[in-house]
Amino acid sequence: MADVLERVTKIIVDRLGVDESQVTLEASFKDDLGADSLDVVELVMELEDEFNMEISDDDAEKIASVGDAVNYINSQV
Amino acid sequence: MRLEGKVALVTGASRGIGREIAFELAREGASVAVNYAGSEAKALELVDEIKAMGRDAFAIQADVSNSDSVTDMVKETVERFGKLDILVNNAGITKDNLLMRMKESEWDDVININLKGVFLCTKAVTRQMMKQRSGRIVNISSIVGVSGNAGQANYVAAKSGVIGLTKTAAKELSSRGITVNAIAPGFITTDMTDKLNEEVKAEMLKQIPLARFGDPKDIARTVVFLASEDSSYMTGQTLHVDGGMVM
Repeated sequence: MADVLERVTKIIVDRLGVDESQVTLEASFKDDLGADSLDVVELVMELEDEFNMEISDDDAEKIASVGDAVNYINSQV
Repeated sequence: MRLEGKVALVTGASRGIGREIAFELAREGASVAVNYAGSEAKALELVDEIKAMGRDAFAIQADVSNSDSVTDMVKETVERFGKLDILVNNAGITKDNLLMRMKESEWDDVININLKGVFLCTKAVTRQMMKQRSGRIVNISSIVGVSGNAGQANYVAAKSGVIGLTKTAAKELSSRGITVNAIAPGFITTDMTDKLNEEVKAEMLKQIPLARFGDPKDIARTVVFLASEDSSYMTGQTLHVDGGMVM
């Protein structure tokens, strides 16, 4: 769990240029981390590569916060 | 050479305009994935011609209206060439009929290949192009998509739809270095237009200010322009390559 959060956080920090302290489980990509729709699509793409999984369009649409991403990844591994 | 080191995927590339586009992109230095639906022999022939020029190419069968088929095609192209810089959405069919006589299946077939196919192929390549932070998508529309044409409700609706899709994709992808433009060819001599009778052809010639039918090369050269650095400040546009038919 901690490992997943750590890896997810690193991707978010790199991609969105936010401070690590902003990346909490509750943080919404769009509302709190300044991402636009396309940024979120790209984040999901990077998560797919990082965790070597395919996230369907339907599932990807439900990933709106850091916690959503972490929970989704944990549910798949 | 304007496309040295680039990788291109051309749909419907075994015949007609698509064949000339694939050939011209290769002549300018690109490696080309030659997509075909049914004409395997013609696709392989083109691959040989491209290889004889010293460029890389391979033929790949795919139905552009089937998302699994399209995903596999794009995957294989990226596996073979390591990247994907240029997508040319060229695959298209016609099933002409007067609106009142047009069967639902004729409508669906043309919309599926000519419009949904462009959507599916565009969607499938954007992942790779977004990662690369660069890409060129060139959609082959038609001048009748701008002007309308009796007897082609399905084809015109699809080609007009392609222009709208071009503009939307251009807006969505511009921030990632991807440009999306369309070409609206006029009357170009190919297998598809050879089917028209002489009377219709003579009538059409009267409407072309440059007083000749276009050659597939006219379209292919415009594709090269839109796929190259020369057009880097253009996106969302539809270029009419029609001898001045529609202004």
